[in-house]
Amino acid sequence: MSDDAHHPAPLSPIELRVAALEELLTEQGLLPDGFIDEVNRRFESQTGPMNGAKVVARAWVDAEYRARLLAEGTAAIAELGFGGPEGHHMVVVENTDAVHNVIVCTLCSCYPWPVLGLPPSWYKDAPYRARMVREPRALLAEMGCPLPDDVEIRVWDSSAEVRYLVLPQRPPATDGMTEAELAALVTRDSMIGVSRL
Amino acid sequence: MLVDGIHDLGGMQGFGPVAHSPAEPVFHYEWEAVARALLMGVADAVDASGGEFRHAIERMAPDHYLTSGYYEHWLTAAATLAVEHGLVTRSELEARAGGRFPLSGPVRAEPVVDPGPDVDEPRFAVGDQVRVREWHPPGHTRCPRYVRGKAGVVVRVDGIHSLPDVEAHGSARRSEPTYSVRFAAADLWLDGQRGACVHVDLWDSYLERL
Repeated sequence: MSDDAHHPAPLSPIELRVAALEELLTEQGLLPDGFIDEVNRRFESQTGPMNGAKVVARAWVDAEYRARLLAEGTAAIAELGFGGPEGHHMVVVENTDAVHNVIVCTLCSCYPWPVLGLPPSWYKDAPYRARMVREPRALLAEMGCPLPDDVEIRVWDSSAEVRYLVLPQRPPATDGMTEAELAALVTRDSMIGVSRL
Repeated sequence: MLVDGIHDLGGMQGFGPVAHSPAEPVFHYEWEAVARALLMGVADAVDASGGEFRHAIERMAPDHYLTSGYYEHWLTAAATLAVEHGLVTRSELEARAGGRFPLSGPVRAEPVVDPGPDVDEPRFAVGDQVRVREWHPPGHTRCPRYVRGKAGVVVRVDGIHSLPDVEAHGSARRSEPTYSVRFAAADLWLDGQRGACVHVDLWDSYLERL
């Protein structure tokens, strides 16, 4: 470590560009002390798929909550304390034996930050955005989520202000589990809709 | 003139597999977190609307857009907005970076001076058949190319929201209802997959009654 401290690796071109803009803005007083940490900290600690998992687990154990969640997603999610930017207009779509839902943003990277955190790279990259609206059945199978032919696939392109969350089906043989144990079973991918539990 | 920007990726072919990983860190490199914060800082400093912010990314050169990741898009948009609003100059950026600093291309659309009156009441109801206007604006829009000219059915009426096509190009604003419209995959693509439908959320003025 001490060698690294004395001889840090040279910055890459992209790191030099980031540093250039950061310095110039800081010199003009446009980046208050701590701004960079502040805007990112909540995404590394307080916000992430663990929030969405709590919403899903509550819906599995509480039928009245589930009904509220599907009818008024934003308000029901706020009951558990989650909300904020990219979560002001939430719609929750429910998987069943007959219907599978999956979310995408073909134009950029819209994603429900309060319940899922920041999106993974693959969600923001061209292959997923290009292909999910055109060949969802083939792409889901390729990503490890093959679906029977008689399951209808509903793709939701987040092109306006609504952000979507998929409510996955409760896995079999989980009758005796607590809400917290159930939440631990819920993955990010199942709430995007690229996997089933 | 560059219209129909490279960002409008829905349905494009030839991209290959999704580099999917069930678990990955929020940021892969420290600079990504900084780039994210820089765009937020610049957007605050110049009071950029969501539309202007997104359009700064969409104006990237197509080859740069496709060969760079999400946070390089954010850095490029932050630097572009900072230069366009006079916070910094490109030569200052390149001097500090010790090399080329690619920025997004210029805005092609004229500023919107009179966006027309707000639309306060939804024109369409759940179950209505609609068709998406077939047009190719030179500026920002949230109407994906793959649904233009296509017929679908309204499945949800959402709130009233600022029209991105207006807010990206000046200080004028126009608010309209938005709708979720369902399209059968077979109606979108000649090779559309069976048993699949795609829902796209669209502003009122993108739609006409069928």
